[in-house]
Parts: sequence; structure tokens; C-alpha cells
Amino acid sequence: MKRVFTIVLCILLAMTMAAGCSSQAAAPAANDQDVIKIGVFEPLTGANAAGGELEVEGIKLANELYPEVLGKKVELVIVDNKSDKAEAANAAIRLIEKEKVTAIIGSWGSSLSMAAGAPIEENKVPTVGASCTNPLVTKDNDYYFRVCFIDPFQGTVMARYAYNNLGAKKAAIIQELSNDYAVGLANFFKEEFVKLTGDPNAVVEIANYQTNDTDFTAQLTNIKGKNPDVIFAPGNFTESAMIVKQARTLGIETPFIGGDTWETDEFIQVGGDAVEGVVFSTFFDPSAALTPETKVFLDAYAKAYPNRQPAAVTALGYDAYLLILDAIERSGTTDSVAVRDAIAATKDFPGAAGPITLDENGDAIKDAVIKTVKDGKFTYMDTVKAN
Amino acid sequence: MSSSFLQHLVNGISLGSLYALVAIGYTMVYGILRLINFAHGDIFMMGTYFAFFGIMTFHLPWPLAFIVAIIATALLGMLIERAAYKPLRDAPKNSLLISAIGVSFLLENLAIYVFSGKPKAFPNIPLFADTLGVAGVKIQFISFFIPTVTLIFLAILLYVINHTKLGMAMRAVSKDYETAMVMGIDTNRIISITFVIGSTLAAVGAIMWGIRYTQIQPMMGVMPGLKCFVAAVVGGIGNIKGAVVGGFILGLGEVLLIAALPNMTGYRDAFAFILLILILLFRPTGILGEKITEKV
Repeated sequence: MKRVFTIVLCILLAMTMAAGCSSQAAAPAANDQDVIKIGVFEPLTGANAAGGELEVEGIKLANELYPEVLGKKVELVIVDNKSDKAEAANAAIRLIEKEKVTAIIGSWGSSLSMAAGAPIEENKVPTVGASCTNPLVTKDNDYYFRVCFIDPFQGTVMARYAYNNLGAKKAAIIQELSNDYAVGLANFFKEEFVKLTGDPNAVVEIANYQTNDTDFTAQLTNIKGKNPDVIFAPGNFTESAMIVKQARTLGIETPFIGGDTWETDEFIQVGGDAVEGVVFSTFFDPSAALTPETKVFLDAYAKAYPNRQPAAVTALGYDAYLLILDAIERSGTTDSVAVRDAIAATKDFPGAAGPITLDENGDAIKDAVIKTVKDGKFTYMDTVKAN
Repeated sequence: MSSSFLQHLVNGISLGSLYALVAIGYTMVYGILRLINFAHGDIFMMGTYFAFFGIMTFHLPWPLAFIVAIIATALLGMLIERAAYKPLRDAPKNSLLISAIGVSFLLENLAIYVFSGKPKAFPNIPLFADTLGVAGVKIQFISFFIPTVTLIFLAILLYVINHTKLGMAMRAVSKDYETAMVMGIDTNRIISITFVIGSTLAAVGAIMWGIRYTQIQPMMGVMPGLKCFVAAVVGGIGNIKGAVVGGFILGLGEVLLIAALPNMTGYRDAFAFILLILILLFRPTGILGEKITEKV
């Protein structure tokens, strides 16, 4: 009997280990000379898994549609950064040193991207982030680029929305303190909101929480006591959905607004009825096609995932892949410095989520889309121009 | 101000009761085996998943699903004891501890593999989720339910331990394992029962946690597990009433810390561990713990 248990346990253990390394057991390449490897590091487990998976969907879709460059096959090497900053740096180092990739895509979550910034710059591997919006990801890092807009713009857009559309005079912020994305967004929101209202005390409460917290009742009770007109809650979709839900059960009826990270199915699943009517800024909406590539993307997506609406980050993952491919094509080589220069020179590239022009920091200049949750679905509300 | 204080109090009590339920499992296993069962937090996590699948996949009505989940979790606890701890009965205590950590990792990774790492929404049960407004304080029914259930279980447990034959056997095993065996007590059975009771309480706590916080994921047991361990130590490890006292101190302390000092929110988890260090420094036997002379 004891032996049987031991064997069962051994098998289970082996299974979990296999799960741990199941990153990409793609067929071994015939010869390293014939393939160009593009590394992808995304959170596929942990709190950000849903976001990471959405981006990988887009990257894989792009790889299926455009599998070759310079006459060579492009191979994706996907590794899981486990929603953890230390793991994110490890994942990037593994891609660079072990897999010797030409370029890297990733990661969902600015903190995770920033954790990988140092090894990427040191080893001069051009990297394109899909949806990491904190300015520090690309700042002072010559090898990090992105196909999305950055937080100062997003925070400003939401502050203007709160002031102009909701008529808010007093705002409360509840931010995920251990998340650079959320803290950045909260700061830019506060700056703009104070400027708009002309009241230095317009932000009545800034509450903090940590990634993976589940109980927010204490912070929300504090906010309730201050009676704000609007609550800005940038952070991971799971925690955010629980915050909105717990706020409603505490009797807080104040509108909630947030950022692009909310746009995942899990946000609505976890939040349920409670998240009806929340408003957030994001990158793209399928109902407002932007370039000819948008249609290619939407058609391919509909074929691959019928009955589902593509998320903005999926389109951005798709664009990140395309951008790298285009740069390799233009530079005519896989030399990392040449590819880096080609990416930096990108101008009016037709991406699925809108035309991409990179500024001197390597950030895309793009419009923002405002969405809400209506009848359990993400619904387009408005577009805010970049300038 | 007073209404928000009341709200904080309600929040703290229901969080504390959940900690208390899980802490009892830690303390009982420690009392009997002198083992800190680090897998306890993950057994708690499995409890929420069993209830989740009972309702969502097998479409059981919720009372039935909860009972099935509790039984399944209890069996899991017993199975773990048989497979991972029983073979090490005569091994040094450190081996047992390492085995417990191994089981914890196994359960976490198995859950990620089987249930996926994505968080899931715990089904909404209107009876518990509805709220009641009293003097500006909104209270979910579950918030009344949690402390009540905790106290009922505490009462039952104390009765069993102090007034039944089984309880006498448990106390005997906890006092001296070898002598109890010599006196004809089936120690293996008693240990199994201890794990069943501990896991049952973990499952009850897990289900109420799911209802209250509505989201479950494979790593959800880690932090509550550690905190309940702290609660057990604070109350006096090995002492069941102590575990409940420790749970309430921790739950209320955490919530009131945030209420009184919003800037200290980031130190919420640290609060539990600072408390642990202080207790170990100044009162290692915990608040209600008796002084135990170390067995040689």
C-alpha cells in the first residue's frame, strides 16, 4: 500500500514538473541557421496569467500568418514569468543566454517588463513590449520599445473623463502599491485631476494594497468615510474586480474608473454584476477599425477563436511581433544592433491596433479608447486623440 | 466616524474568524505530531476548488456541494497524512517538516496544472452575499455567519476533546506518543482523525473565504496559511482556544491597522510576522500556551 502511494506521488510530482517546463516544446529545429528565434516572456501563471495568455494569443496568431522573414522560419520561444518580478528577469536571461533569441516580446505588466530591462540592455537584445505602459520601461533603455501609449497619457485621459464627463470634484484613489503600472497611473491621474479642479486637496484619499491581497474592506471603509465623487482604481484585473465587488457590498455606489489592465474576461467573471458601469481607458476596439491590418487581424482571430472578441492586448501582442519582423526585414540581418536601429526608426507602421510611430524614447504615439462594462460585455464609448 | 469604526470591526471579526478556523487545524496537528503542517494552507485552497467544481461543473445544489467539498477535503487531509507523514513517523522531525513543505509545493503546482493558474470566480450564493444595512453599516450575511460557525465548531471541538473517549485518546497521544501506544491506543487512527478534523475545518473556512472574497486561485492558500500559522503560534501552538484567540487578534489587528494608519497598508502582511517575532521573543509559548518541557 505504501509503495502504491509512493508511486502515485512520484507520478504526480513528475506531472507538475513537466507542467513547469512546458514552455514551448516545439519540434526541434533542423538547424539553428535556418530559424530566427523570437523570445516571448509573459505571465502564464499567477495573478496576471489571463493578461499574459491574451498577448500570447495575438503573438501566436501573427506567427501563423507571417511565419517567415528573410527566407527563414521564425520560431517563437515562449517562457512563463509567473507574474513575478524575479522570475521575469530570469525568464529574459534564459531567452538571451540559453535560447539566443534575436528579439524579445513582452511582458504584460510594467513591473515584469522593468525587471527584465537590465539584462535586455546589457545583452543588447531588441525588445518590444505589447501593453506595458509605465514610462520607465523604455526610458534610458535603448533596447526596449513598445507598441502602446504610456501612463502619463492614460492617467490624464481618465482624470479628464472624471472631471468633464462625471463632473467629479473629489476623487479617491486605491492603488496597487507593489505594481509600478498602478502607482504610475495613479500619480499622473492625481496631477491632472488637481490641475483640472484647481483644488490641491481634490484627491481626498489614496489607499494602497498589495498584489494578491484579497481583503480590501478596510481601505474601502476609509474611502467611504471621505465620500468621493469618483474612485480611480488602477491595478491588476483580479484585485480590481474584487475591490469593486467588495465596495458595492459595503454600500459604496461611487463610480469606479480604471486603466487598460481591466480588459480581460476574468475581470467580468470575478466582478459579475458589481462591475457593470465601470469605465476604463484602453488601446483599441474592434468596432473602430484603424488600418488595413486591423481587418486581417480580426478575420484571423475570428477564425481561430470563434465566439470571442479580441482584447486590445491581443492586438498589441500581434503588432509587437509584426514590428519586429518588419525591422528584421528592413535591416536585412539578425544583427541585434541593426534590428534595434530599424525598430527605433519605425514610422507609420500599419499595426492591427492602429498606426505605430515610435518617439525618441521608443514609445508609440497612439489614441486612447474609453470603454465601459455593459450587460456583462466591454462596450466602446469614446476615442481620445493623442494630441 | 463611529459608523466606519463599526464597519471596520465587523470586517475584522469576520476575517479573524476565518483565520481562527484554519489556525485550529495547524494547532491540532502540532499538538499531536509536533509537526507544523505547511501543507495546511494548500489543503484550504483545495477545499475552495472542490466546492467550486461541485457547483459549477457538477451542478450540485450548494448545500450538497459544500458537504461534498468538506468530505473530499477531509479525505485529502487523511490521504496526505498516510502518504507523506506516516512513513516518517520514526524519522527526525526535520524530515517530517521537509515532507510537509514538499506536499505544499505539490498541491500548489498540481492545482496550477489541473485547474490552470487563472483565477476563478467563486459562485455567488444570494443567501450569504446579500447585505443588511444597519445605521450606515453594510453587513453581508456571511459576515454574521462566519463568526457563528467558528464559535460553534470551537464548542463542538472542545466538547469532543475534553469529554469524550476519543478526545481523551487524542490528549494522551499528544502528551506522550509512545506511552499512549503502549496503553493500547490506536495512535495511527487518532492521528488520522486529527487530520480529518483539521482538514474539515480548513474546508469550512475555505468555503466561507470563497463566498466572502469571491475569487479563488491556486496560490490563494499560501498567505492565509502562513498567517494562520502565526495565529496558532500567537495563541499558543497546541492550544485550540489559543488558535481562535490568535486568529481574532490577527484579523482585527490587520484591519484596524489599516483603519487607523492608512499609510501603513503596505505593512499589512508584515504586521502578522512582526507579531510572530515579538511573541517568539517575549512569550514563546503564546498567549494561552502552557509551558511544555521538551521531550527528550
